[in-house]
Amino acid sequence: MSGTSSFSEAAHVALSNSQQRRNLRQATTSIRAKRDAAVGEVDQWEALREEGRRIKDRTMRHLDVHLERLEERVTAAGGHVHWARDGDEANAIVTRLVRDAGSDEVIKVKSMTTAEIGLNEALARAGIVAHETDLAELVIQLADDRPSHILVPAIHRNRAEIRTLFRRHLADTEELTDDPAALAEAARRHLRRLFLSVDVGVSGANFAIAQTGTICVVESEGNGRMCTTLPQTLITVMGIEKVLPTVADLDVMLRLLPRSSTGERMNPYTSLWTGVADDPPDGPRAFHLVLLDGGRTETLADEIGRQALHCIRCSACLNICPVYERTGGHAYGSPYPGPIGAILAPQLAGLRDHTSLPWASSLCGACYEVCPVKIDIPQVLVHLRGRVVRQAKQDGWRGRVAGERLAMETMARVFASRRRYEAAQRTARVTARAVTRDGLVRPQLPGPLGAWLSSRDLPAPAAQSFREWWRAQPDQSDPDGHGGAA
Amino acid sequence: MRIALFITCLSDTLFPDTGRATVDVLRRLGHEVVFPEAQTCCGQMHANSGYQVEAVPLARRFVRIFGDPSFDAIVTPSGSCAAMVHEQYPRLAALGDDARLADAIAELAPRVFELSQFLVDRLGVEDVGAVFPHRVTYHPTCHSLRLLKVADAPLRLLRAVRDIDLVELPAATTCCGFGGTFAIKNAETSTAMLTDKVSAVLHTGAEVCTGLDNSCLLHIGGGLSRQRSGVRAVHLAEILASGA
Repeated sequence: MSGTSSFSEAAHVALSNSQQRRNLRQATTSIRAKRDAAVGEVDQWEALREEGRRIKDRTMRHLDVHLERLEERVTAAGGHVHWARDGDEANAIVTRLVRDAGSDEVIKVKSMTTAEIGLNEALARAGIVAHETDLAELVIQLADDRPSHILVPAIHRNRAEIRTLFRRHLADTEELTDDPAALAEAARRHLRRLFLSVDVGVSGANFAIAQTGTICVVESEGNGRMCTTLPQTLITVMGIEKVLPTVADLDVMLRLLPRSSTGERMNPYTSLWTGVADDPPDGPRAFHLVLLDGGRTETLADEIGRQALHCIRCSACLNICPVYERTGGHAYGSPYPGPIGAILAPQLAGLRDHTSLPWASSLCGACYEVCPVKIDIPQVLVHLRGRVVRQAKQDGWRGRVAGERLAMETMARVFASRRRYEAAQRTARVTARAVTRDGLVRPQLPGPLGAWLSSRDLPAPAAQSFREWWRAQPDQSDPDGHGGAA
Repeated sequence: MRIALFITCLSDTLFPDTGRATVDVLRRLGHEVVFPEAQTCCGQMHANSGYQVEAVPLARRFVRIFGDPSFDAIVTPSGSCAAMVHEQYPRLAALGDDARLADAIAELAPRVFELSQFLVDRLGVEDVGAVFPHRVTYHPTCHSLRLLKVADAPLRLLRAVRDIDLVELPAATTCCGFGGTFAIKNAETSTAMLTDKVSAVLHTGAEVCTGLDNSCLLHIGGGLSRQRSGVRAVHLAEILASGA
């Protein structure tokens, strides 16, 4: 990706996807209304948000201390802690652990972190099959698609598409309808077999408590809990920013998260586990916690950008964002889409890989208003824009930013002087006169084409006409018997 | 009160009627209005586009021009440019490592007001004696709503206008899609947002869509005009300045 074109190029495609536009409009509108109602019930919501912000801020200041304490407590509870500098290291650790467990399959709890590091793909390269068990992640996996929302990964798909997918991929689905209960039942039968047969579970973590060494996963379906309790080996991959100092901190987060994400007072399933349970033996016999850095330490070094690490993955910013609602998640080119993705992805993966994302926002500020931990997303976006520009300057202004830089520097000089500013106003007036009609600036295209373009876009002629396509068909028949080459 | 008009480069160049209307309203209320002619641009476009370094001198320039102690207030017909001074100038001073600028901003910013906030919150005026016999809908521009938190000040002013038929805009707080250079860099997404805003405006049956920022109104008005909708985008100041 170079310059600032990639988000807009992807958005160009996404904006024309009428099915996705409709799905997203309906889904985000309904989630927004649910969130508003759930948040409206809490008297001291603003104070609670401030408490959430403070906990995250305080935690990040001594992240190293909390992580070492977490390691100590997890180890004391019979778990094993592994440190991974980046995604490749984390993937290698998980691959080795799965092999050591003697398995070539894993069942997965929905997890953003494993999507971030491409764990499924890495496991596949090692001959290990990863089965997603979250219903929407299953849909995405069967469709060989990518998630487009943090919480609702298949938000861009509708149930008719899901029925088609299930009929193609799942057993005994010839009679399947697109009734949601029927679809869920088909998935349940498919997943039940996996829950009872696969011996390694892989999860992410919503939170980890340093005080006790406890991991917390919240979910809506209960499928995650199957993965964390039934297999003999459980592997949790967690970004280092997910640690919380105490159980009391978790209390605040569990009040903020469900209301912000699904608009529920409480999420249906909250699983907490601490190491392995020996007396009496219960759940997995081996527990591994993989702590992933993956650009987080570097992000922490940026005083303004580090707020992005406070994110608790609720998706409220996606659901409220007018840009996300129209482009969908794929346009962001990262597992983390929407406003939070626009500030998180460039920092975790490196600014050079996502130069266009900080501009994927109108800076309307709606995301900041709903963020349960008060991440000032517009401030970070503006800050990252500055970093991209300063980096371009260091790199010698190559590529598409060069033209913009010239315009910006020229305007800065114009605005620095009343004389130059007034001269520029006069020049603009004279120049505009050449392309102005009836008080409006219009491109001066003559004739019928100009008349059409004055209010309508015109698609370019197709790369291949119908008759060209027709002639190219091997079995085309020509009743007049002239053949294709006439 | 001696009031300095901060016109903004956009209104100065494209919407002088808004400037004239602002002056009219303030004078009608018995205040002295001055226009410091050295003013150019507050630097928002640079600051929001990644050129913060280039915006620092523009912040210094603004403070120098409007820091005149004889000004009791600095009033602008733009929520976004007022928010620039309040929100971004302190950050630019920090970026430029300029403690003197930071102090000057802290001293100046409390006297910088967006017009509706100045009238309602500072002067305590809601009825400015305007008459506007048209159906009007109000779009709360994002920076006035979320950065300045003007709340219902503009609506109080509009409700006090005689003969006005004020109608509520559906999904009013959703961004129109302008977003400064966003409208150019992500023109298609911007247009998709504009389409929905224009639909909402047309749904009200209003003749006029008003707001506190000519930047957003340029975008909304451009969409309304392109569709030959017969609906105009008019800055709040111009409605407040209109008489019988």
